[in-house]
Amino acid sequence: MKDFFYLIPISLALGLAGLVLFLWSLKNGQYEDLDGASERILYDDDRPSQLE
Amino acid sequence: MTCCTPATSMVSADAFRPSTPSAEEFRLASRSIGNGILQTEISVPTIHCGGCINRIERGLARLDGVKDVRVNLSSKRLALRWSDQGAPPDAIGALKQLGYDGHLFDPSEAAKPGGDLPRMLRALAVAAFASMNIMSLSVSVWAGAEGSTRNMLHWICAGIALPALLYAGRIFYQSAWRALRHGQTNMDVPISIGIATAFALSIYDTYHGYEHAYFDAATSLVFFLLIGRTLDYVMRERTRTAVKGLAQLSPRGAMALRADGEYEYLPLKAITPGTRLLITAGERVPVDCKVEHGISDIDYSLVTGESAPRQVEAGAALQAGILNITGSLTVIATALAEESFLAEMIRLMEAAELGKSAYRRIADRASRLYAPAVHLTSLLSFLGWMVIQGDVHQATTIAIAVLIITCPCALGLAVPMVQVMAARRLFESRIMVKDGSAMERLNDIDTVVFDKTGTLTLGQLQVTNIDLTDPDALSMAAGLAAHSRHPNAKAIGEAARVRTGTSHRFEAVREYPGLGIQGICQGKAYRLGRALFACGTESASPDTVLSCEGRPLAAFAFSDKLRPGAKELVDKLRNAGISMEILSGDGISAVRKIGLELGIADYTAGILPGGKLERIKALSDQGRKVLMVGDGLNDAPALMAAHVSMAPASAADVGRNNADFVFLQDSLDTVFLAYRISRDAGKLIRQNFIIAIGYNVIALPVAILGYATPFVAALAMSLSSIIVVANALRLKGEPMRGKAKPLSLEPKLEQLAV
Repeated sequence: MKDFFYLIPISLALGLAGLVLFLWSLKNGQYEDLDGASERILYDDDRPSQLE
Repeated sequence: MTCCTPATSMVSADAFRPSTPSAEEFRLASRSIGNGILQTEISVPTIHCGGCINRIERGLARLDGVKDVRVNLSSKRLALRWSDQGAPPDAIGALKQLGYDGHLFDPSEAAKPGGDLPRMLRALAVAAFASMNIMSLSVSVWAGAEGSTRNMLHWICAGIALPALLYAGRIFYQSAWRALRHGQTNMDVPISIGIATAFALSIYDTYHGYEHAYFDAATSLVFFLLIGRTLDYVMRERTRTAVKGLAQLSPRGAMALRADGEYEYLPLKAITPGTRLLITAGERVPVDCKVEHGISDIDYSLVTGESAPRQVEAGAALQAGILNITGSLTVIATALAEESFLAEMIRLMEAAELGKSAYRRIADRASRLYAPAVHLTSLLSFLGWMVIQGDVHQATTIAIAVLIITCPCALGLAVPMVQVMAARRLFESRIMVKDGSAMERLNDIDTVVFDKTGTLTLGQLQVTNIDLTDPDALSMAAGLAAHSRHPNAKAIGEAARVRTGTSHRFEAVREYPGLGIQGICQGKAYRLGRALFACGTESASPDTVLSCEGRPLAAFAFSDKLRPGAKELVDKLRNAGISMEILSGDGISAVRKIGLELGIADYTAGILPGGKLERIKALSDQGRKVLMVGDGLNDAPALMAAHVSMAPASAADVGRNNADFVFLQDSLDTVFLAYRISRDAGKLIRQNFIIAIGYNVIALPVAILGYATPFVAALAMSLSSIIVVANALRLKGEPMRGKAKPLSLEPKLEQLAV
């Protein structure tokens, strides 16, 4: 029964980390051009976006 | 990459393509982002693969002054950053060299990407996090956790649910509050009440250590409903950007001739009556004006619906929006931009909008019946249990269970899911739909009103007497015609390409605007143009004549080309029992010809924009539901007044922005496809309502009798939502036969994005 009390905060923390990561990637513009991202990987001189 | 061959052989739309924007226009479309750097957004509809991205980014980065280029493949747009020293880079020209057509994006539009979407996605993410964690904790409660363990789990759930409901549920509370303040109800009112009461009761029960808490139901309700909302929003946003990405047809400004003889590019707002402007061939007229000198041919097709070009000379009055085809004109502005012909249209459109009764969406109509019914049932079960048992807490619990279990979870998804699927199917067929209500409205039409020029026809002329013409004369004429952008000349070139495939070479070619072309071949002077110009004799027919040394060789007659799929559309609509009519601003003979060809007996010619509006209003007053299909400036008020409206991508800006549907394909057959998909969507929406109501019929007695534990509620809610979503996924798009691969359609966009 005691593990239970450790596991709840751990699972919540992991979930929260996922949420924060998603919100960060949304703000960072990672979802601006999903079609383009899948194509750019095919070219060697891919570079990160300078535009926010 | 083979898919990436730019379509350079598109000829059809050349005449309408605006000339490359000047440096001044380029600068006008840019916005400063600090440090002397300007950003310009350019829409390039033909980008469609990684090769395009690579080629464009590398090609443009080489230009002088360019700091950064970033192509966005999803929105088919590129952002160009350049330092403001001297002239802006000729990005459009560079794109053209690479084989792409770019046009400037309005900076005020470009500045606000995404709109509300990030906010909704954030709310959705929070709701997803909360509902999943609460659900996983609730599993322990359902599995039989008891006493202090259960209580602690409930408190943790409450701690997660409160911020999540406050943050993610805002969209519903705000909308419900707006409706209530105006004395109305909508779907969001029962949702908000359900969420609030469920949460309040659960807190109370948790505090007193009772067995049941509805935190999972409240959060997953918000999560499910937010999915529907977000999809709905994404659909509308995608349409908005797709339509905005099409080239702007009205000019942003014009080259003005100052008193000191210098030229200066003026934005539209700075042009005042009396300003002297230079309109070169291929440009659209920015404001109402009068020709001072110069001769040219003018294309009125987008403004009045006339298909044949008209010749103008000094003294003629020109309307804003018309296209100058052959010669340069110096004109004097006679009105401000906001008082020009276009403004008259906007005034008519406002009048049309006032007269139009607001359409209530199916979901809102349903909720008008639904919300009182739900609240009444809940109240009755409270009173019933009070009478039977007299236990306030028990009665309240059951009343709230009724509210939660009947909360329109399935109902909230029933409509948006189907409409999102339908919009997706339409999008695959290159039809943009403005919002879900447009599909609902298209579903109940019984009359279709067509504009002629540019809608039933392509607005491109073709030679009608091609078989009667001597092939030699035809290729002679084609050789001369290649030097002009006049629609008649283009039609002759096209006819020769199809028929003979050859054309002669001419020397010393000269175009006389408004008259014709002259050229020398093997020492003889050939002329192609009006009869008076070519042979020196007046002729009654407006045909184009080819002559050698003043001797007529051949005469060409023209008519507007029927849009592909027009016949099929008319047949299908007739079979569906829908009546049709044509309202055109063109002459009676041209309209009658098209009417006969398509078998539409009802046609009116030479009608003014106000007349079209009146006709639509008259039809609406008879109780008809009218679909208006039109493209011109003169159609804009009628598009506004009609029950539902549709415009081709080649339509004038105002029309395109006000139409409920915009189709990007050449074929008019897509109009029927849109109708069919809307009808199927309507059927699925009704089915979904039946499913949702059926679910309530089963679930409601369970809840009223007091058996709706949180576990049952969660199960029932998820199950009904899944069934409704699965039913929406059944919506079929285009039949397989016509389903072209998206890539092969891409060049068409270029052609249409005139």
